[in-house]
Amino acid sequence: MPETSQAIEKIAIQLTVNGKQHSVKIEPRMLLVELLRETLDLTGTHVGCDTTYCGACTVLLNGAAVKSCTIFAVQADGAEILTVEGLEKEGQLHPVQKAFGDAFGLQCGYCTPGMMLSTVQLLSTNQQPSEQQIHKAIAGNTCRCTGYQNIVHAMQLAAESMKGATVDGD
Amino acid sequence: MLSQLGGDAKLLAGGQSLIPLMKLRFANPAHLVDLNFIPGTSFIKETNAELHFGAMTRHAEIEASSAAAEIPIIHDCAAGIADVQVRNRGTIGGSLAEADPSGDWAAVLMTLSTEIRCLGTTGERTVRLPDFITDAYTTALEHNELVKEVVVKMPPKNNGGAYLAFKRSAPVYPTASAAVQLTMDGDVCKDAAITLGCVGLTAIKATEAESVLRGQAITEKTLSAAMDAARTAADPQSDMRGSLEYKRTLVGALVRRAIEIAVRRARGEQVEVSHIYA
Repeated sequence: MPETSQAIEKIAIQLTVNGKQHSVKIEPRMLLVELLRETLDLTGTHVGCDTTYCGACTVLLNGAAVKSCTIFAVQADGAEILTVEGLEKEGQLHPVQKAFGDAFGLQCGYCTPGMMLSTVQLLSTNQQPSEQQIHKAIAGNTCRCTGYQNIVHAMQLAAESMKGATVDGD
Repeated sequence: MLSQLGGDAKLLAGGQSLIPLMKLRFANPAHLVDLNFIPGTSFIKETNAELHFGAMTRHAEIEASSAAAEIPIIHDCAAGIADVQVRNRGTIGGSLAEADPSGDWAAVLMTLSTEIRCLGTTGERTVRLPDFITDAYTTALEHNELVKEVVVKMPPKNNGGAYLAFKRSAPVYPTASAAVQLTMDGDVCKDAAITLGCVGLTAIKATEAESVLRGQAITEKTLSAAMDAARTAADPQSDMRGSLEYKRTLVGALVRRAIEIAVRRARGEQVEVSHIYA
């Protein structure tokens, strides 16, 4: 960040992250991913490329997958955010998390939170995605271990195990 | 507000281009005016054989819209831009106002009769799309004006179109793209609109390629003549996406494929098309 002589006025916002309300005062230039990681200490959301490419920072904003490195935190005022930390409920893994484990849908794990949130968005609108639809759903998520085959299997397994259930991550 | 803030202010629509440009310091606005909280700016309406898109309508909303799908080339475009996450944020108005030479919307909407409704402090005015985009990253918008609405005329009957973009991977801009909209009378092409994307400072209207098809049956001979004309019309630069020669060859092939799909769609066939990844 460049040095600036002017103090930047902070803006007060309210948002709900993983069901919990937060009121924060932040600089307008702060990115959503910085708010999540540095202010709210939710480091499960990763920064990969910081150029809107890799999707490691994917979170759900009002149910829609977005790259949190490409949204200002102030733009999430009044929004509901779901991060990977919000998938688990009362010690029970979310079916998507369980499927990624069972199908070995990860190697180094860096892209995994983003992959899982893209999966949650896909399954919230399409409970029986074809393989092609799965590919399209994670086209904005890069796995540099190139473990895509098992990721696709994990997504298929998640779809299978969630049949009939409502998928909203809550 | 823009008038008050002066020339250093920029409008923030979906932010999927502007925020990355700011990170790279290619854009360094002193003020950002966020349009995302203004109600009534995101809509798709069909009236009087026209489709109206609010400037803040997201690509994903257009992708999911049955009204927009009535013009298949619009669905091809909306469903193929970048990836799910970017389509959930990026807007049609923002994309056109940014006028990136590699943007998808300008190339597609140039093949249709498209008008941009611009709103400024002194009122509203309508600019035809070809007059709206004046150069790379440059539009006819005044500093204190914004895009309010994008209006597309429904194409006539027996019309078919297709948009094909070739990308190295989903999140990147295409290497080259081709938008084709044909009016057919049986096997004869009555009218043709062909636009090339990413191979010039703006989307390029391939007028020669259009006139090669006009009044002719679509045969191997007319197809290859249109391909040649499109290659000649392209004005690409060599860069990390490919050499000049490569892009010229690629855009010809995309035009040919897009014509073939447009012909099938004009016959009423359902053809699923998306951006092509390398």
